[in-house]
Amino acid sequence: MAVYEHTYKQYLGKLTPEWSRFLVIPRHAFRDVFKSKLFTAFFIVCFVPLLIEAILIYLHHNVNALAILKVDVRELIPIDASFFQTFVNLQASFAFFVTLLVGPPLVARDLRNNALPLYLCRPFSRTEYVLGKMSVLLILLSAITWVPQLLLFLFQSYLEGASWFVENLSLASAIFIGSVVWILLLALLSQAVSALVKWRVIASGALLGVFFIPSVFGEVVNQLFQTRWGSVISLGALMKNVTAGLFGTFVQASTHYTNWDGRVGHEIIVNEPPLWASWFALFVVCCICLALLSRKVKAYEVVR
Amino acid sequence: MALAETVQEHAIARNPADFAPVIDLNDLSVKFGRRPILQNLQGELRGRAIGLLGPNGAGKTTLIHTLLGFHLPSSGTAQIFGQDIRTDAKQIRSLVGYMPERDSYIAKMSAVHFVRLMAELSGLPSEAALERAHEALFYVGLGEARYRSLDTYSLGMKQLAKLAQAIVHGPRLIFLDEPTNGLDPPARQRMIRLVREIRDSGKANIVLSSHLLRDVEECCEEILILKEGRLAVYCNLEEERKSNRKFLLLETRGDQDKFAKAIGGLGCEYAITGDHRVKIVLQGGIEVRDLYRIASEYDVQIRRLSYKRDSLEDIFLKAMENGHGGL
Repeated sequence: MAVYEHTYKQYLGKLTPEWSRFLVIPRHAFRDVFKSKLFTAFFIVCFVPLLIEAILIYLHHNVNALAILKVDVRELIPIDASFFQTFVNLQASFAFFVTLLVGPPLVARDLRNNALPLYLCRPFSRTEYVLGKMSVLLILLSAITWVPQLLLFLFQSYLEGASWFVENLSLASAIFIGSVVWILLLALLSQAVSALVKWRVIASGALLGVFFIPSVFGEVVNQLFQTRWGSVISLGALMKNVTAGLFGTFVQASTHYTNWDGRVGHEIIVNEPPLWASWFALFVVCCICLALLSRKVKAYEVVR
Repeated sequence: MALAETVQEHAIARNPADFAPVIDLNDLSVKFGRRPILQNLQGELRGRAIGLLGPNGAGKTTLIHTLLGFHLPSSGTAQIFGQDIRTDAKQIRSLVGYMPERDSYIAKMSAVHFVRLMAELSGLPSEAALERAHEALFYVGLGEARYRSLDTYSLGMKQLAKLAQAIVHGPRLIFLDEPTNGLDPPARQRMIRLVREIRDSGKANIVLSSHLLRDVEECCEEILILKEGRLAVYCNLEEERKSNRKFLLLETRGDQDKFAKAIGGLGCEYAITGDHRVKIVLQGGIEVRDLYRIASEYDVQIRRLSYKRDSLEDIFLKAMENGHGGL
């Protein structure tokens, strides 16, 4: 079937390994995603906090630089669990906005243009399709979350010494697990929303809604019933608790309410839901997303 | 799967028989919920080009989808090149190409990018996929438009792009679901020519599903007519044409009943098909002049005499009347 031959010809060459074929989807998707200059600019901006984090780590260990800048080392933010947690949370916010830009059209566009039969009539399963679409986000979000964060952890270890590395190994696992759970949740949610809503703009709105409407509702529940259990429907609050748990900064009794009963004020200490509840709620959300994807990602919808 | 594995090796390794039928239907039934869509389909299809015919809702597309593994059979099974659709769906899909009926493409992609992506998903390495994408697009006649976005393509061009993605990986069996849908006459001719070229290359078998009898008649050797999910007719068009060589249609005036009976007395099969029409299948040793002789004896005028064979339309209409069975 050469261009000049104009005859039908079978392909008799080598084939790629089956396990690697899902990676074809992100490779082609990145070409499309980075065509947008606006997105490319935003993606670069996502690295700015990491640059600041790197500078702060560097300053802690460079006496000459501190002397030039006339900064006392005690005035700098200490490099500890809170330091890394702050930046993990900051990058998580950037990851959310990247998801909002990239995630919604991934499946929606294929559904709208009936492209699924074209994927699934090949030696390519539904699982590989979902994995391929999710890996578009997983790769992009990893690049701005746990990968640079772990590199900075290693940078800090290099400057501080091997003993610091051994003592704070739990921080590395917290960075990795916290970030991976967050980007997995984002990828699953955006794919599920994208599979449900065929139009990009509506899918983006729905994704925003999934994060913010339950948060507002949960906060209303918290205020009305003077509890913190409303947080279990707020994805942001769930992730905050889970990350805090991983970094060892989770405090269960944290919120104080002051109620006015006539002229007498009194303080109530309200407990955050236990960590297992947050993990369980995230697990349920992921299961719902997978069930939705399993229902919607089909070559053809069967009308019974 | 090792990198060195090729499509051909793959196929040979999996093929239990070198000359296995293209499609072997073994009591295949499909239900959507409680609704039966395909019922007890049975038959071996071996033709280079197989036509799937049937009225709307007969189950043509469902049969293709089931063979591709999109729907699970409720009972029975089918084999493609000797591989079972229940157990070897992925292997089967590496041997087939599919051109869907509906408008299907990936938005915001140029044709060459789209076809390349499809080739890579079929397992072709990136460079080979790009090369084959260019070749496939030139082959279907979209060479000059291959860098244009698919969103800007006309319906005819989209049909050709769908054909290109179906053949880019060089499959051994190509399912074409209504390939001429919505095409103007020149575009339809072009599509038919391509299908016939692929068929005649001998490198791929084709299953063509269409409402248009003419498309199937022009391209296919074997036909499978479905009616209400059942196999109404399966026949080999070539053999059918040959077997109907001595079929005569007479237009007469006079006492055609007596005339027809007299012909029947010579051992010929006959059928009175209208007020003045008689169909006759001549037997060995009986010539046309014998018909004129008998007509003269019974004072019957033969106004028109023509050799005819059952057209696909006749076969189709007969199948729709009979419901099921062979010819």
